Amino acid sequence: MAETSFDVVVIGGGPGGYVAAIRATQLGLKACVVEREHLGGICLNWGCIPTKALLRSAEVGHLMQNAEAYGWSAKDVTFDLSKIVERSRGVAKQLSTGVGFLLKKNKVPVFEGSGALAGKGKVEVTDKDGKKTLLSAKNILLATGARARVLPGLEPDGKLIWTYREAMVPETLPKSLLVVGSGAIGIEFASFYNDLGVDVTVVEVVDRILSAEDEEISALAAKSFKKAGIKIMTSAKVTGVKKGKDSLTATIELADGKTQEMTVDRLMSAVGIVGNVEGIGLEGTKVKVDRSHIDVDGFGATGEPGVWAIGDLTGPPWLAHKASHEGILAVEKIAGVKGLHPLDTSGVPGCTYSRPQVASVGLSEAAAKAAGHEVKVGRFPFMGNGKAIALGEPEGLVKTVFDAKTGELLGAHMIGAEVTELIQGFGIAKTLETTEQDLMHTVFPHPTLSEMMHESVLDAYDKVIHI
Amino acid sequence: MSVDILMPALSPTMEEGTLAKWLVKEGDSVSSGDVIAEIETDKATMEVEAVDEGVVAKLLVAEGTEGVAVNAVIAVLAEEGEDPATVEAGSAPKPAAPAAPAAPTAAEPAPAPAAAAAEPAPAPAPAASAPAPAAAPVQASGGRVFASPLAKRIAAQNGMDVALLAGSGPNGRVVKRDVEAALAAGTGKAAPAAGVAATPAASSPIAIEGPDPRKIAGQLDMAYDEIPANGMRKTIARRLVEAKQTVPHFYLSVDIELDALLAMRKQVNAAVPEEVKISVNDMIILASAKALMDEPDTNASWAGDAILKYKSADVAVAVATDGGLITPVIRDAQTKSLSTISAEMIDLATRARDGKLKPHEYQGGTFSISNLGMFGIKDFAAVINPPHGAILAVGKGEKRPVVRSGENGDELAIATVMTATLSCDHRVVDGAVGARWLNAFQKRLENPISMLV
Repeated sequence: MAETSFDVVVIGGGPGGYVAAIRATQLGLKACVVEREHLGGICLNWGCIPTKALLRSAEVGHLMQNAEAYGWSAKDVTFDLSKIVERSRGVAKQLSTGVGFLLKKNKVPVFEGSGALAGKGKVEVTDKDGKKTLLSAKNILLATGARARVLPGLEPDGKLIWTYREAMVPETLPKSLLVVGSGAIGIEFASFYNDLGVDVTVVEVVDRILSAEDEEISALAAKSFKKAGIKIMTSAKVTGVKKGKDSLTATIELADGKTQEMTVDRLMSAVGIVGNVEGIGLEGTKVKVDRSHIDVDGFGATGEPGVWAIGDLTGPPWLAHKASHEGILAVEKIAGVKGLHPLDTSGVPGCTYSRPQVASVGLSEAAAKAAGHEVKVGRFPFMGNGKAIALGEPEGLVKTVFDAKTGELLGAHMIGAEVTELIQGFGIAKTLETTEQDLMHTVFPHPTLSEMMHESVLDAYDKVIHI
Repeated sequence: MSVDILMPALSPTMEEGTLAKWLVKEGDSVSSGDVIAEIETDKATMEVEAVDEGVVAKLLVAEGTEGVAVNAVIAVLAEEGEDPATVEAGSAPKPAAPAAPAAPTAAEPAPAPAAAAAEPAPAPAPAASAPAPAAAPVQASGGRVFASPLAKRIAAQNGMDVALLAGSGPNGRVVKRDVEAALAAGTGKAAPAAGVAATPAASSPIAIEGPDPRKIAGQLDMAYDEIPANGMRKTIARRLVEAKQTVPHFYLSVDIELDALLAMRKQVNAAVPEEVKISVNDMIILASAKALMDEPDTNASWAGDAILKYKSADVAVAVATDGGLITPVIRDAQTKSLSTISAEMIDLATRARDGKLKPHEYQGGTFSISNLGMFGIKDFAAVINPPHGAILAVGKGEKRPVVRSGENGDELAIATVMTATLSCDHRVVDGAVGARWLNAFQKRLENPISMLV
């Protein structure tokens, strides 16, 4: 008979849940994970990781198509879509299996099935055969994540209208694709399909793409994508869809009120996400749900004593790394660790792995001004950086925003090659509360893209060297 | 849910302290802001306030326990609807509430040595010298303060000292939110003159140089009672050694005739309401403040590479308490009336003896006064209270024979005379500068009407 009594039962084995369970065992708590589908959650199986594999394939293709610039010749460059997808699935599977090993190593039992609250301190797990197991828990951590938001009229049908799920495993390559929504997910798929030669159009309801980013970065991104061949329609929305046999015609309302019809092979809906709050036994508890997200305090405590929630389920930013941090924070709180502080979301970086990449942390220039800061802004273009030129990546920008009075790094915003790997430097700077002085005194290695981070800080204080 | 009350860190370097006294008992209801305990540090006794409301379920640390680690659970509060009997320490899933340090108390209430306002040269308290219980500046203590670059900068921009703040970051690091919280609460201001900072933990002994009295007493079989030094006594010991070893003192004395002053005091006291009694000491405070404006070079501190000349006269007045000395400050004394100074002094001295002064009331100051007149002391020299540039030692006002020039040449007369001695920090106040100040002070007291304008 398997153990059914735990200190912490985690419902959901995504990057929030499994990390929380491992941290709980490190703290001496007895923890288990309940997972209905795949360990690793959306992130490992249908999100962050497999898309990075797809985008890597697209990048390799892009390089091959431009091989001559580097002195190589590559003629008749072709690809096999099924192999690109196969590689992506293989990467996802490898990592999901890895999570299984990690949990085993940490002696965290995994219950396969859907978990739901079943009275105080109880979780009922229903497996795919309908068999039920009752677990008892001093604390229950809800980490059930989120799913794609569905707009009326754009309900995914698995064939013509896709979500990220279908877009990730296409059987054939559409000739044309209409992407609705220009957040990170929409833009990454737009970039991927565009690099594969698909005629891609992005429709965005607000007046700029990647609207969570700094306006200047949004504008540069739009310019780059247009140059790469992606059509972008902002302040526009899809008001109706007529489905054909193997294509569909979308009616798009433009900013000036006029409408335009567009016939495409596929439409991908990427208009945000909703929390998975259904079927987890919230009814009759004091857990409060607000617009599909669970209300929690800074440590993940819900209105119901002993019930905690983390990650996408609790609201934006919908990011795996945020979920992991919240999971750790919640179990540390449960374990009574001293000196904890709620996660400061201004220090959570956001990344978009399109070509070019976009990465940022903290406040945009406009948000900083709106918050009442007098700002100093630094900019450094990729064009001024030796490594960027050597890489053949001369387009991009590193922008930094400081509080003029205190020298606090309020935000950093980057676009260009590998910026998703650079942003952590500013994340550390923000977390350690460095000022511009400390960043200026840091020695960045030459020649690297990271030198642009330094130069951007210098530029904010009129000390830039290389422009 | 229950709430753990933790031993608060009163300074970033504080690792442990003495739980001096519980002011609540198990079963008492408390609400946010209630004073629940007193904690003794090297600086003073600090009151601890409840942050949450609830019923005191358990007191986990006994009164008088020394060496209680910071962040140790000292009590548990049961919240509304919870049975205090079932509450366990450390089980609180809610954010544990660190107890809030509140007003520091200098020591237990002491019988006032002299609150009287009647004798010539009465003093609110006797004092040999006046080390503020505030500790030495950071650079003097040598202790490293952990603070983020941003926290340091914001603190500096707001005239605060990060060393005064309790850090909430990793390992007690002072971070932006701590500085902002202190700014919002109006705490953490470095006193204008006295930088107050990290000090050795309360339990660390003050090293003694020279013969070890314990050893000698042991060798010679001398009988003695050993009184453990409390935090305040250790601070006094350290600060006075520091003052005498690092400040080049010199002393100037002058005899001041008080008859005109006493006459004016009589008139003033007759004119003011019954409950107001202006003391000679109040008049000395005002005269000092006016003299500091007359001769501002004495209202100054040595800052290593500069002299800071202060714009207001913040006069620190030594008050003796059972636990030791404390120097509450009358700020902007030059602008205040005698009745205001009198009222403030009575309030500050009373609260000093009751141990209820707040840090901002005894930190800083630009000049100090120590008065031992009521003990019949004729004259004495006080130890400077760094970073003040000078301290005035005031003796007893007494009738003395004086020589006056009369119609028939010199003749003897009787006058009420007091000897005042100014101890000066020679780095700031040269002999002539100190002399000019004493002359100004004498002039103000001997022509007391000048103080009223």
